[in-house]
Amino acid sequence: MTLPMPDPAAATAGQPVAIAVPRRDRTLRRLLKDPTAVVCLSVLTLIALASAAAPLLTSYDPSASDLADALASPGGSHPLGADGVGRDVLSRLLYGGRTSLLGTALATAIAIAIGVPAGLVAGYLRGWFDGLADWVSNLVMSIPAIILLLVVLATVGQSTYLAMAVFGVLMSPGVFRLVRGSVNAVREELYVDAARVSGLSDTRIVRRHVLPVVQAPVIIQAAQLFGIGILIQAGLEFLGLGSTAEASWGSMLNDAFGNIYTKPLLLLWPGVAIAVTVAAAGLLANALTDVLVGGRAAKPRRHRKAATAAVAGATGTGTPADGTTETAEAADITEAAEAADTAGAALRTGEPVGDELLVVRDLRIAYGGSAVVDGVSLAVRRGEVLGLVGESGSGKSQTAFAVLGLLPPEAHATVGALSFGGTELSASGAEAAGDGMLGRRIAYVPQEPMSNLDPSFRIGTQLSEPMRRHLGLSRAEARKKVLALLDRVGIADPARVYAAYPHQVSGGMAQRVLIAAAVSCDPDLLIADEPTTALDVTVQAEVLDLMRSLQKERDMGMILVTHDFGVVADICDRVAVMQTGRIVESAPAAELFADPRHPYTRMLLASTLEDSEPRRPLTATAASEGVDA
Amino acid sequence: MKTFLARRLLSGVVLVFVISSLTFVLMRLTGTDIARNIVGPTATTQQVAAKEAELGLDRSVVVQYWDWLTAAVRGDFGRSWFSGDTVTSSLTDKLPVTLSIVLGGLLLSAVASVLLGVAAAVRGGLLDRVVQLLAIIGFAVPSFLVALVLALFVAVEWGWLPATGYTPFAVSPSAWFESITLPSISLAVGAVAATAQQVRGAMVDVLRKDYIRTLRSRGLSRRSLLLKHALRNAAPPALTVLGLQFVGLVGGAVVVEKVFGLTGIGSAANSAASSGDSPLLMGVVVVMVTLVVVVNLLLDVAQGWLNPKVRVG
Amino acid sequence: MSTVAPAEPAPARETGPLLSVDKLVVDYPGKGRGRPPVRVLKGVSVDVHPGETLGLVGESGSGKTTLGRAILGLAPVTGGTIGFGGRDISALGRKERRALSDDIQVVFQDPYTSLNPALTVGDILTEPLLVTGASDADAGRRVRELLDQVRLPADAGERLPREFSGGQRQRIAIARALTRAPKIIVCDEPVSALDLSTQARILDLFIEIQERTGVAYLFITHDLSVVRHISHRVAVLYRGEIVETGEASAVTTAPEHPYTRRLLLAAPVPDPARQAERRAARLEFAARQQAGAPTDGLSGTPAADEPTS
Repeated sequence: MTLPMPDPAAATAGQPVAIAVPRRDRTLRRLLKDPTAVVCLSVLTLIALASAAAPLLTSYDPSASDLADALASPGGSHPLGADGVGRDVLSRLLYGGRTSLLGTALATAIAIAIGVPAGLVAGYLRGWFDGLADWVSNLVMSIPAIILLLVVLATVGQSTYLAMAVFGVLMSPGVFRLVRGSVNAVREELYVDAARVSGLSDTRIVRRHVLPVVQAPVIIQAAQLFGIGILIQAGLEFLGLGSTAEASWGSMLNDAFGNIYTKPLLLLWPGVAIAVTVAAAGLLANALTDVLVGGRAAKPRRHRKAATAAVAGATGTGTPADGTTETAEAADITEAAEAADTAGAALRTGEPVGDELLVVRDLRIAYGGSAVVDGVSLAVRRGEVLGLVGESGSGKSQTAFAVLGLLPPEAHATVGALSFGGTELSASGAEAAGDGMLGRRIAYVPQEPMSNLDPSFRIGTQLSEPMRRHLGLSRAEARKKVLALLDRVGIADPARVYAAYPHQVSGGMAQRVLIAAAVSCDPDLLIADEPTTALDVTVQAEVLDLMRSLQKERDMGMILVTHDFGVVADICDRVAVMQTGRIVESAPAAELFADPRHPYTRMLLASTLEDSEPRRPLTATAASEGVDA
Repeated sequence: MKTFLARRLLSGVVLVFVISSLTFVLMRLTGTDIARNIVGPTATTQQVAAKEAELGLDRSVVVQYWDWLTAAVRGDFGRSWFSGDTVTSSLTDKLPVTLSIVLGGLLLSAVASVLLGVAAAVRGGLLDRVVQLLAIIGFAVPSFLVALVLALFVAVEWGWLPATGYTPFAVSPSAWFESITLPSISLAVGAVAATAQQVRGAMVDVLRKDYIRTLRSRGLSRRSLLLKHALRNAAPPALTVLGLQFVGLVGGAVVVEKVFGLTGIGSAANSAASSGDSPLLMGVVVVMVTLVVVVNLLLDVAQGWLNPKVRVG
Repeated sequence: MSTVAPAEPAPARETGPLLSVDKLVVDYPGKGRGRPPVRVLKGVSVDVHPGETLGLVGESGSGKTTLGRAILGLAPVTGGTIGFGGRDISALGRKERRALSDDIQVVFQDPYTSLNPALTVGDILTEPLLVTGASDADAGRRVRELLDQVRLPADAGERLPREFSGGQRQRIAIARALTRAPKIIVCDEPVSALDLSTQARILDLFIEIQERTGVAYLFITHDLSVVRHISHRVAVLYRGEIVETGEASAVTTAPEHPYTRRLLLAAPVPDPARQAERRAARLEFAARQQAGAPTDGLSGTPAADEPTS
């Protein structure tokens, strides 16, 4: 009886998931639409009904033995045959179901009755109770359940229900940890802070915000626990423990074991009963997970200006287009934009002629039929910095990933032409071009420094791995080069950072490391996706300085994806402005800022606050402000 | 890291202490008349009383426990009340059996879960669904039923492997291997089901991480990406689950040993519990819980080695 | 709009500050056992007057969010006082703290996690009314008023937060803060997760609401241009200490403290020619700083560019 622990994810520290249960009526409806859930629920109901109605379905007493019928084959007066001492198998199966289901229900109820309140209190109030309960739960979780149950049954008496009650206690730490994890996660949510600021009492906050989140995982775990309970109980009875007076599936297996060589068929019935019940419970748990937690994958990620926002928006799972005031204006601008497009006014001289490093013609990217990039063409020359500017959902990051070949598998990309340094690439971008392209000639600098370093490897290892692969350096040569590179990107103590793990360096330093990694194999083109957005403004300035000097020094082409016109003004030679999947305006940087032609560009530039009037001090404005009546 | 391990070790010692105390108290507080059981129903009251005095049962529970504890700390677990052998020697005989099948089961579940979980996460599609189905089957079929079916077909019907008994490694390594194969498989099935799912989930999560995309952007080989970077990061949660599964594995040994007729710690637990052989049962409990503690400690070390945040502040 | 109680007459500085933080110290327990606590705020003093916006600028690790949370009663106060309407609110019991929800409200940075995804917008907006025991009819009326104030359609009340964009969600969060007509709203980076064009509109909404209702803001942000746009006065926080306070126009255009100057020079201007000048000025300033004696404990190394562990 290996004991499958319920919800492994919950047992793993640091990954609690807070998902609120959607409103109940909807949940039930969705559950009934799921064929697996319907089948499982029906099977479990059927088994429960058959056990409850046992006296109606069979006239045999499950413990009445008739040695004349011992080991009788199925058919005749015993539809499923008779066991080693001539008891009717069908009646034992039906009555056995009662013991199994009731005992397991008891264990599940006890586990939940202990685990949920303890988890709520520990997770919400924390303090000493949390520490103690966590310690106790760790302890109890390392007790081999069956050993303790052996002891209890051997000493206290052969009661199935007592054993299952003890088992419920042994299972409660699983529930406790799950609940505590969910509560801990939801407790960190800002809406709980907002509720507190709104003056809600703790009980009210728990009822309103915490319980709904706990509900779903607990229901799922209850289904799993139910399956495990059936297994444990069968195991105990198979060992000959538990009540001998009552029929049970486990004791039937015990009997079958005794007759395994003469009548192996006896294994079948209780075996099937157990497997079907447990499988139904397990599958029900899975189906419940899909229904109750299904939103998990679709939940929009909350990175600042994350590339995924574009995806989410496009697939309709995340941010819809800004409505009300925001859409009204956007619509105006789009209309004007279309007019401008047809007039050809917005596309100016910016396109380079000849000696292009990268040429993209008519790039289109769609997620499930909805386009996020809709016919983008651009070109970058050696030594030139192209700014790709736009708001979230404009498709700017998607464009960059398409060139790299790092779009998620759900993305569908097509391209009129994509060539790099004279080599034609497919719509699958640089990665598909084989060795020597991605990481060697085209490199990438990501947005979030901390989440883009592998947390399990030393920084030095991460930096030297691509160098050794692409440049064929030895370990020692790579190390020397990495140290020089770290020094080059402005890291004061290269040896320390070389040996450090990512969690030991600051965000600014991590971004320097990522830049070092990108330029390590002397690429011709650097694609940087919002490389400074996650940084403080003082660090941003230094990182931009670094990128500028590296770009000049190595004469690299560069695509800089950003939403910040200040960054564009700082570093870009040419700018392409993107709106909802298209480039609406493209021009040399100086021209674009001096004379923005497209209405969308003008609107964006007008939104920058850099040059806005400072607000006047309150004393001066008091006469006009603050009074409404 | 050191303080972390020291804390876990202390927790382990406390666990052994708490469980053994609980067992001891449970064994003593129940009304069953052990001395009468031992000397038999025909014995006189004087004989029963003499036996009680001999076993020390006439003293208070606290004194009895203290005696047991002080002896146990020195490694002396007393003598079985029924066979008269020392508990230590009879457990030393039985330990290799249980250790073989339990560690075999652990190894098997670790390897199989990684293979299945990684394959399901990376390949997806049909293979993914097959793994999910296997997980449900592994969850639903109790290990002793697997054991019974394996014994029935593989051993009895087809005669490929022995159905019962244990051959020590020292006698014949190949026979040893054959004798523990079926029990280990039976034990591993449930653990594989749960752990493979966890490996799959963790791999899927890790493969979605930003740093995997960034590593891809450096043109690393697919093998390095999957087996070095992704698996390394997916391993810690899988190890946690494996540790919990091991607790179940040890318990499962009790049942599986019965099916395969192995005289290991598990069967000793069963017989000691049903006969009320307190010293033997106490010994069994201590050994089993210690086994759990040691394996979990080893997994903690592995965890620390995998996770630099644990290893270096 | 008449139901929002602007009530107060034109705020005058003579009435004294609405919120007065004095020598506030906040320690967070150290990570791991035996580690010393981390001092996040080292004696911070700021005032906010009725109807005023105080902009609080700082980079990551400056303690700006902690200051806001301490005022809201969400962070532990180690020392100093937080005065509100003349009484110290730094160490209130749970019950007394709850009573303050009438006057002090909040708008958080992240419009995705600050609204419970399982509740309708109507439920979210009436949450602050649960405490007051308002009738359903009153609550419904209040929701319609609030939605109108933040320019959301009247039917938004029945919808779930996920049906709204980031900017719209932030409007919902603002409406929730206004539900009980507070005297001050702590705004913790409320526009930094938003797109540029949305950001400008939300800032204008903040200003408009302030002009109509006379609410005061403690506006926390890392962005000098945002602070210049919305604040009457500005306080600059650096490593847990206020290094400069003054009128918004002064602090954000001609700062006195070297750190504020560095902050200002580091923010890029959306104009290539002027940005080139600013960059040159920044590099020159940095060189001078490095050469000369560092003033006010400011070294040449950037504040945030230090190991996190």
